[in-house]
Amino acid sequence: MTPEQAQQVVEQAIVSAVPDADVGTLGPDDDLRETLELDSLDFVAVVESLSVRAAFRIDEEDYRELRTLARAAQFVAAHAPA
Amino acid sequence: MADFRMPSLGADMESGTLLEWLVGPGDPVHRGEVVAVIDTDKAAIEVECFDEGVIQELKVQPGERVPVGAVLASIDGAGAAVPPSGSAAVPPSVPVAPSMVEPVHVLSPLVRREAVALGVDLAEVGTGHDGLVHRVDVEHAAAQRARPAGPPQGGRVRASPLARRLAASAGVDLAAISGSGAGGVIVAADIGPGPSAPPPSAPPSPAPPARAPEHGTSMRQAIAALMARSKREIPHYYLTHTMDVSATLDRVRRRNRELPVEQRLVPAAFLLAATARALEAVPELNGTWVGGAFVPSARVDIGVVVSLRSGGIIVPVIGDAAALSAEQLMPVMRGLAARARNGRLRGTELAPPSITVTNLGDQGVDSVLGVIYPPQVAVVGFGAVADRRAVDGLLGVRPVVTVTVAADHRASDGAIGARLLNRIERLLHEPQKL
Repeated sequence: MTPEQAQQVVEQAIVSAVPDADVGTLGPDDDLRETLELDSLDFVAVVESLSVRAAFRIDEEDYRELRTLARAAQFVAAHAPA
Repeated sequence: MADFRMPSLGADMESGTLLEWLVGPGDPVHRGEVVAVIDTDKAAIEVECFDEGVIQELKVQPGERVPVGAVLASIDGAGAAVPPSGSAAVPPSVPVAPSMVEPVHVLSPLVRREAVALGVDLAEVGTGHDGLVHRVDVEHAAAQRARPAGPPQGGRVRASPLARRLAASAGVDLAAISGSGAGGVIVAADIGPGPSAPPPSAPPSPAPPARAPEHGTSMRQAIAALMARSKREIPHYYLTHTMDVSATLDRVRRRNRELPVEQRLVPAAFLLAATARALEAVPELNGTWVGGAFVPSARVDIGVVVSLRSGGIIVPVIGDAAALSAEQLMPVMRGLAARARNGRLRGTELAPPSITVTNLGDQGVDSVLGVIYPPQVAVVGFGAVADRRAVDGLLGVRPVVTVTVAADHRASDGAIGARLLNRIERLLHEPQKL
């Protein structure tokens, strides 16, 4: 998966899990949870949606890799099965 | 034949707009089934039907605004025992005492439930201008009855210990009961059957989510009125307690390694579970203040504050929360938050809670001292989980959370609030039991 594709997957995961979050305003290095005001319930919904879309298990230990859009895209690109 | 009417979904609701029908003429309907979406001024609510039968006629079209109590549809064969379709359907049971069935006209299942909770006999309640019993009538009756009964909080009412226990668990005011025992003492037989049924759980609606119209202003006004009333009427006292949550966080981490991703846990589920269990042990904070006396609730129905990104809050209820484990609470909390945010809560999810919990930890605040939702008598607040230097003499840094309770000093004293916080702390140290 290319970083561009991975970023799309992350954005889609956020939109599907938290439809009322405004992903359009999100910069690549903005803190996801802070900028989109995601609470812990929103965040686990995003993680679940991303795990399904990227087809690999994301563990709690990986949450720090999901802090920003850019970092999450990198993480997904590196771990998603080809 | 029965009528499906515009329900009252809040003490301040006078009318509602039918947004959408989820059934049509000829469709069979079952108790607890979501049949329509109603727009109150605060949110779009999925409304359940409380009869069994077949929809005969839809009398109100989408977009029409009608007063509470107006007939929305007629249901044929209502009252007949139609078996629920589908094995997954849980037949919901509404707590209706024998005296509450026809000919008293009660609009809303919420009103019925409130009457049961307050121990009010609907047959003796005065009705509104339209000949129907509204929530205000029930509250009025409860207040009327509680007042002349002399000592508040049941001080000198003569009752057997068993009768007291039954009355407390059934939410019945002893002062309103005439005893049949020797010398007028209230005995167990004088306490009627209490409410014990869980709230109906509605099957999920197949309808696509629809955005409700703009609610901002009216929601703001509703919050303003309620919170102003709270601060005007309720003498709040506040307690805070910072608790070590390392055991809870360990448990969450361990379970999350084992569970599938879709069942992943968050600490908030454990905080809620601990609060619910603690309230069972401290019933003095679980209930309502009505007509100058505390009315304990038979169950722990927790209102959960959900902040809307567009501003405002909505407080859906988790019924009988003490019966659920932390892991069972998790999907309930997620579903509730999602439906609150997309404006598709169900009518039963707006039933009156017996206490409210607010968790602002995700917003990073240390603690939150809440404002009580009348007529409840307490609100529990959770701040953020943070690493702090241990304060009990042991070395090291441990995760802690500051838990608060704001309580109504008319109904309880500080020692009771402290007891609740101590209970919560003990439970959080043993998360495997939650």
